[in-house]
Amino acid sequence: MSPLHLCLLLSTVLFCIGLAAVLVRTSAILVLLGVELMLNAANLNFIAFWRYGPGGDDTGVIFVLFSIAVAAAEAAVGLALVIALHRHRRTIALKAANQLRG
Amino acid sequence: MTLSASLLWLIPATPLAASVFGLFAPRTARTLPIAGALLGLVAALGLSVAALAGALVDPAVRATSDFAWFTFGAQTLRLGWLLDPLAGFMCVLVTLIGLLVALFSTAYLRHDPRIGRFFGFLSLFVAAMLGLLVTNSLLLLFICWELVGLASYLLIGFWYERPAAAAAAKKAFITTRIGDLGFLIGLVWLHQATGSALFHDGGAGALDAPTLARLSSTLLPGGWAVSTAIGLLLFVGAAGKSGQFPLHVWLPDAMEGPTPVSALIHAATMVAAGVFLMARVFPLMAADQGLATVPFHALTGVAVIGAVTALLGAVLAVAQNDIKRVLAYSTVSQLGYMMLAIGVGSWVAAVFHLITHAFFKALLFLGAGSVIDATHHEQDLRRLGGLAGRMRVTFATFALGTGALMGLPFVFSGFWSKEAILHAAEGWTVSHLPFAAGLVGVVLTAFYMTRLVLEVFFGKARGEGAAHAEESPGLMRGPLVVLAVAAVGLGWLGLPNWPWLQTRLQGGDWPVHGLGEGFGLMVVSTALVLLGIGAGWWWYGRVKRTDARALDPLARSWPAVHAALAGRLWLDELYAATVGRAFAMLARVAAFFDRWVWGGAVEAAGRTAETVGQVNRAVDEDGLNAGFDNTSEHLRGSGRRYAKAQTGDAQSYLRVVAIGLAVVGVLLLWGGVR
Repeated sequence: MSPLHLCLLLSTVLFCIGLAAVLVRTSAILVLLGVELMLNAANLNFIAFWRYGPGGDDTGVIFVLFSIAVAAAEAAVGLALVIALHRHRRTIALKAANQLRG
Repeated sequence: MTLSASLLWLIPATPLAASVFGLFAPRTARTLPIAGALLGLVAALGLSVAALAGALVDPAVRATSDFAWFTFGAQTLRLGWLLDPLAGFMCVLVTLIGLLVALFSTAYLRHDPRIGRFFGFLSLFVAAMLGLLVTNSLLLLFICWELVGLASYLLIGFWYERPAAAAAAKKAFITTRIGDLGFLIGLVWLHQATGSALFHDGGAGALDAPTLARLSSTLLPGGWAVSTAIGLLLFVGAAGKSGQFPLHVWLPDAMEGPTPVSALIHAATMVAAGVFLMARVFPLMAADQGLATVPFHALTGVAVIGAVTALLGAVLAVAQNDIKRVLAYSTVSQLGYMMLAIGVGSWVAAVFHLITHAFFKALLFLGAGSVIDATHHEQDLRRLGGLAGRMRVTFATFALGTGALMGLPFVFSGFWSKEAILHAAEGWTVSHLPFAAGLVGVVLTAFYMTRLVLEVFFGKARGEGAAHAEESPGLMRGPLVVLAVAAVGLGWLGLPNWPWLQTRLQGGDWPVHGLGEGFGLMVVSTALVLLGIGAGWWWYGRVKRTDARALDPLARSWPAVHAALAGRLWLDELYAATVGRAFAMLARVAAFFDRWVWGGAVEAAGRTAETVGQVNRAVDEDGLNAGFDNTSEHLRGSGRRYAKAQTGDAQSYLRVVAIGLAVVGVLLLWGGVR
């Protein structure tokens, strides 16, 4: 298997782990964690195709830099939401956040 | 055995490993983090000595080892390590004092449940400082500089349960951050102007002669040379870190940390960073500015600020009642001396004083720590007294440190390094005011140290703690004795007629002159020291304090002066009233705009929309409703059925999406994806 295949395999595994975490964990923080894993799997794909692909420009790296920056912002917002949820419901279980009002 | 420049990273790496180990050890672990920290420091000390030996083979050679951090397009950012005698001496100094302080701390913090955490922070502090010393890149220096700031924040606020400690940690962090902003701007500017953040890079580095010539001949619109502006910006950073006026206010408050931390901050790791930075970028600061039309040299600014700080610190130290605060203001003053030396062009004298000062100030702080520990955390010198007989080793070593700080002639190290600074200041052609400030500072230094020693160690015990004090354990006395030996002996490395240290630091010839040339100055400064001691004895020695509540003798003589000094010239209040008030005002204006202008507009828009809504509702209910009621009833029924899928649980939605994704994936595979 070529390095590209290995990278893609790794990112697939990462993605699946992240997806599983998002789907089954009850804690909002762990779900956020899963989202980060999935994002990083995507980043890994970008980097892998940039590194082993036909090449020519740095689009892949730049895309990943943006994606990391956006992910950081997203994590900040997400954690703020978790804190707000905890203030409100005294729990961070996602099941508790099933209403738009209140 | 010598250490080459390419292996220099090992020096900061060993304490860094120890700090990682200490910080990730279980919260209650004690022995392992301590052992790790001590081991890391011993290893770093060994490596530093090897590096110094390597640097001293040929002091004129600057060995560098650079590597690329990352490449982005055509830009390559390079970092590196630099080994010269300056870095070598400083590394040995930092690791040696760090080790002694760590040994002292094992005894001083023996009852603290978080002692493991403390040693982790301590290792981080030393590691950051060492990284700052051995780097060849201004960027890497800045990174380590910020790490030093972080570690000092963690250590000053180590007893974070105490509000004063938490506030002091924040103050130190924010005040130095103001200076760091200047540093950062200077760093970016330098990189933009030279295309390199490396110091020495075979002629292309920022401190190499061709680059300097270019920098100093490029003029800004006002007629300043670019090198002057960058130098002053870097000095703003150094002033914040090294407690120079007007950013000195954090340093005395940093006393809220454990006493060994104060010793480390004041001797080797924190405040030394600013002086080191100035010594490192000295070629930039001193670049010839013959083309500049504004006759203002970056070094002139440094000298003026240094002189003001030297005088201000000494004046403020006179009326403090906290034993550690007296020493803190004394540090401010001594740092002023070092900056003054750099300003008048003698960075070698500044580093010489930095080294001797590190040893005797660490000695004084650890001595104060020994007193505080023995008297059950009594720091107020009005309630101490009479400890000379009860704590003989502490007293003897503290007295030696005092002698060195005052600059008692011929024996003590502080005398020789201060003499070197005063000699350089005397020969400065621009102005004699820094020299005069230095001389006045000598009198004041002798005065406040005499007061401190008389109040703490003589007279009769005026408090419970002092009355039952016993000599501290051996682990505290050992470092004191080692430091005392250094405080006396180190001066002999840099005598005017045998300038071993100066020659090595300079990496070239240093003017050797006999004791005769500076003899007049030595006599004058000795007389000034004796004057200070005499004045101290006049006020505090003839009649010893017997009651902790008695008025300070100086306050009886000159109440107004004493009140001003005890209030630290109200500089903190001034900052709170100006900068603090200005920011509060800005916040209030913003709040006003938010509440009334923007808020009012939003409110008005809301009201309008509400009115429109009311009209709509009236038309709706009375005109259209009846016909739609029937349809609505049906829709509601189907809606209710669909709503069952609407659980509000995000994960169940996601599951459906995931299943859909899987189905699409399977279909695509079925079709054969190429």
